[in-house]
Amino acid sequence: MWTFLHKLSSPPHFYDLAAKMIPWFAAGSLLLIAYGTVAGLFFAPPDYQQKDAFRIIYVHVPAAYLSMMAYVVMAVSAGIGLIWRMKLAHAVAAGAAPLGAWFTFLALVTGSIWGRPMWGTWWEWGDPRLTSELILLFLYFGYMALRAAIDDTTRADRASAVLALVGAVNVPIIHFSVEWWSSLHQGPTLIRAGGPAIEPVMLWPLLAMILGFMLLFVALLLGRVRTEVLFRERRSRWVRKLVYPEETA
Amino acid sequence: MSDRDPKFPGLLDGVVSVIRRDLHLAWRRPGDVLNPLFFFAIVSTLFPLAVGPDAEQLARNGPGILWVAALLAALLSLNSLFLNDYEDGTLEQLLLSPQPLPLLALAKAIAHWLVSGLPLVLVSPLVAMSFQMPARSTAVMMLTLTLGTVSLSLLGSIGAGLTVGLNRGNALLSLLVLPLAMPVLIFGARTVSLAAAGEVTSAGVYFLGAYCMLALTLAPFATAAALRISNE
Amino acid sequence: MAELSGQGLTLIRGDRCLFEDLEFALKSGELLTVEGPNGSGKTTMLRAIAGLIDPDEGVVRWDNTNVKRIRQVFHAGLVWMAHRPGFKGDLTLIENLRFESGLRTMTMSSAEHHLMRLGVATLTDIPFRALSAGQQRRVALARLVLADAPLWLMDEPFTNLDAAGQDLVIELLQEHLRKGGMCVMATHQQFELDAPAHRIRLQ
Repeated sequence: MWTFLHKLSSPPHFYDLAAKMIPWFAAGSLLLIAYGTVAGLFFAPPDYQQKDAFRIIYVHVPAAYLSMMAYVVMAVSAGIGLIWRMKLAHAVAAGAAPLGAWFTFLALVTGSIWGRPMWGTWWEWGDPRLTSELILLFLYFGYMALRAAIDDTTRADRASAVLALVGAVNVPIIHFSVEWWSSLHQGPTLIRAGGPAIEPVMLWPLLAMILGFMLLFVALLLGRVRTEVLFRERRSRWVRKLVYPEETA
Repeated sequence: MSDRDPKFPGLLDGVVSVIRRDLHLAWRRPGDVLNPLFFFAIVSTLFPLAVGPDAEQLARNGPGILWVAALLAALLSLNSLFLNDYEDGTLEQLLLSPQPLPLLALAKAIAHWLVSGLPLVLVSPLVAMSFQMPARSTAVMMLTLTLGTVSLSLLGSIGAGLTVGLNRGNALLSLLVLPLAMPVLIFGARTVSLAAAGEVTSAGVYFLGAYCMLALTLAPFATAAALRISNE
Repeated sequence: MAELSGQGLTLIRGDRCLFEDLEFALKSGELLTVEGPNGSGKTTMLRAIAGLIDPDEGVVRWDNTNVKRIRQVFHAGLVWMAHRPGFKGDLTLIENLRFESGLRTMTMSSAEHHLMRLGVATLTDIPFRALSAGQQRRVALARLVLADAPLWLMDEPFTNLDAAGQDLVIELLQEHLRKGGMCVMATHQQFELDAPAHRIRLQ
């Protein structure tokens, strides 16, 4: 088990292993998303109050979940890279950030679209979830901006790792603050607190979409990390062998 | 100076030395204190000019405007927190001193607050008056501003440590610190609004106090880590 | 007396390997010079020894313990003299030195004597930035002399100093080594010293 993990942390081994893993994750995610989309759009009955407009939760909720999950992945791998000085962990953090930002953006757009029929406007500041997502997007931007501003890869890795960890501590606090702030005025919310009240026919496609998005995230992340690894190790022997197989060592 | 055998300076000596030196430097360069203060005053003036002098509207939005102005003014002076020290080599000396770096980082943040946060708090009643905010909210306003600006100095020191020596570090610093500072802004501004409306404010004050404690205990370590990384 | 040693020190900056598998041992009374042309990594190596930079491989030991574990103790035993003087331009010499004594042990009782010897005793009340580069260097030397630390880390100490100043550096160093201190110096200047000396050459 430990040899497997140790092997995994070595860039060339990771590069090969990830290549083998990606098709599985991609296929799995495709199946789940396909089922979730079809079932969600056609088989689940219209919502009592929102009619067909609610169907956008099949994209909005998974996107929101993933935006959070990506941040956790980013912060944890950044922490591992910082404490144990694993270069691969830093590469994972670097790869996860743009993905997380895109999921966050998707959650915001779908949230806005969902809110339109209910609120009559494209944005409602009173909704705590949406406002939290917006701040999360800024956190992602800050992380990516810091990385981009530092030329030296090692310093960029470590500085952004500190930022990711500080952000991770703040995310629950930000969430809590925004909830409190919006509770002062009873604003319209997208998702009511009564989660379990959702019917199984509506629930299964949702779970499928969430899981499908997760697998998609992993597949995309593995792809991004492979590219990161290739770039970071571009002067090493194993990469040269990959690019110029005719060359002898 | 004492003529006895040299004794090893304790932890408090280190903290006091750093704070004393920064205060000394601020005294020699009054602009460091006055600039954020003027900025605070000017920004507070911008809003009434922009949205109109309607007294009721101003009084209602006063807490928010005050807080945003305080936030921006505090940000203004953060960039130079470590910049001068980085350029003249004193930061390097601090990194190599026998004192624990987190403690020195805490000292820098405290000195920053004394120079830029405390004056804001002291001037805030005047600004509040110009917005015709009710007198009953003044005490809560000053308390929340104190807790908030201390938290800001601590949070900001992390950002300043991460961006020291970078080109255009100033704008980047704001991008890094502002999202993290939102809880402080939210609770600070809303609590003052509640106080102005005569409602119970304990929730907000407790939250700000807790956040301030969290920042006091954790931020120095993050700042120390950031400084080491930036000086490699 | 504590000993400074390094084993297997390797540092890679970007694509360049500055040094690989470096080893040294320094006892009290000894001097280690790090030599090499400009840009060969002398300063970087000094920073790695001081602990400002983490070497990619290898370990620096002070008193037979890994420096990373006893950081504060190690710092208490060293003084750093680098390219930048490390003093505040807006404060006077005396104010600057007084600040230092709040961070580390400084023998301030003999301050006046040393300052006179360094030729800066008359400059104690003007802002530090008003001093010339050479005078600022001498004040940096004052920090070394007044601090109660056995290890001196000096990066190109002869820059900006006239012949008299350079002789002074050698004199002070000689005294320091004789009292049992040690020194690691990065320099491309040759000089004579009556003490056991080691050399590291970087490419």
